[in-house]
Amino acid sequence: MTHTTPLSVSIIASIGALAMLGVVFELIRRRHLRERYSLIWLLTGVVLLVLAVWRQGLNTIAGWLGVKGYPPSVFFAALLFFVLVMLLHYSIVISRLSDQNATLAQRLALLEEEQRHRSARGAESEK
Amino acid sequence: MTAAALPGLAERRRLAIVPAFNEEGSLAAVIDEIRAFDPGFKIVVVDDGSSDRTSEIALARGVHVATLPFNLGIGAAVQTGYRFALANDFDLAVQIDGDGQHDPAELPAILAPVLAGEADLVIGSRFLGEGAFHSSFVRRLGIRLFALTVSAIARQRLTDTTSGFRAVNRRGIALFAADYPHDYPEVEAIVMVVKHRLRFKEVPVRMRERSAGRSSITALRSFYYIVKVLLALFVELFRPADVPQEDA
Repeated sequence: MTHTTPLSVSIIASIGALAMLGVVFELIRRRHLRERYSLIWLLTGVVLLVLAVWRQGLNTIAGWLGVKGYPPSVFFAALLFFVLVMLLHYSIVISRLSDQNATLAQRLALLEEEQRHRSARGAESEK
Repeated sequence: MTAAALPGLAERRRLAIVPAFNEEGSLAAVIDEIRAFDPGFKIVVVDDGSSDRTSEIALARGVHVATLPFNLGIGAAVQTGYRFALANDFDLAVQIDGDGQHDPAELPAILAPVLAGEADLVIGSRFLGEGAFHSSFVRRLGIRLFALTVSAIARQRLTDTTSGFRAVNRRGIALFAADYPHDYPEVEAIVMVVKHRLRFKEVPVRMRERSAGRSSITALRSFYYIVKVLLALFVELFRPADVPQEDA
């Protein structure tokens, strides 16, 4: 038994995927999103678009993987994987940012202290 | 015991690192007591983003003050002190909390092994000597658990791994300036020291009840504290010793 995705679903999904790609592109253009963090979003958009346009796609891929009952579960599994990878990526980015943030704060505090002592010494030598 | 009775202390460039988060009530006394013990100690107060007058009080006492622009937590605050120590070429550094629980009169106990060259890090323990220590059940459990774990890793008996009353020599300063743990750093710092083949020693000290303010570790956070530290200790075992060591 083969299911072909209903045409209406394919059309709506294609529009959705194109809209998502458009939004990501616009965010990059306006510099709200850095290229390096946008790649995974563009990739996700492209994958969604391919699955929407290639109407036998889900069946074919489910067939390769031996999924018999419900072909769209392949799609959900892939989606979940993407989301997890993205979340992990953000945890890494946040960890790095907080390290850098702490180092910056420390240097600022030490520089301010040095500055204070220098100006205190300067004021004394002027007397 | 006064500073004069400690052989070798007078020749060393020595720094007291005083981390303080909203300690306007106790900080002045801590500074005065350190100076009373030994006027030769330079003092750096690291104000960890306090909202009270901690920095002003420290400045009025004429000590070095590193004011962090926002709260970074005790680990990063203490490391700021070690970076100051490294940049200004100090021979030894002691850590004394700004809340008054560490008694500067006990400094000889943690200084002596460093001055004698017996250890790179000396930890003042509440539990080695006499005197009771009151704490909640969860905290006591955590303290026991850390002591057992770290003792096993270090193959050396330890009783008070969470004590922040410490002294280090140049090697300790260099290590901690380069890398110091976050959040609840005291326990991990000991394991770091072991991994980098520095020597540590625990000595008995008496500590006081906090004179003002309250402990940053509430009952609710204790559980997170235990889990986080145990995880960090476990990961630390699989980490290479990556801070290069110069010979002392």
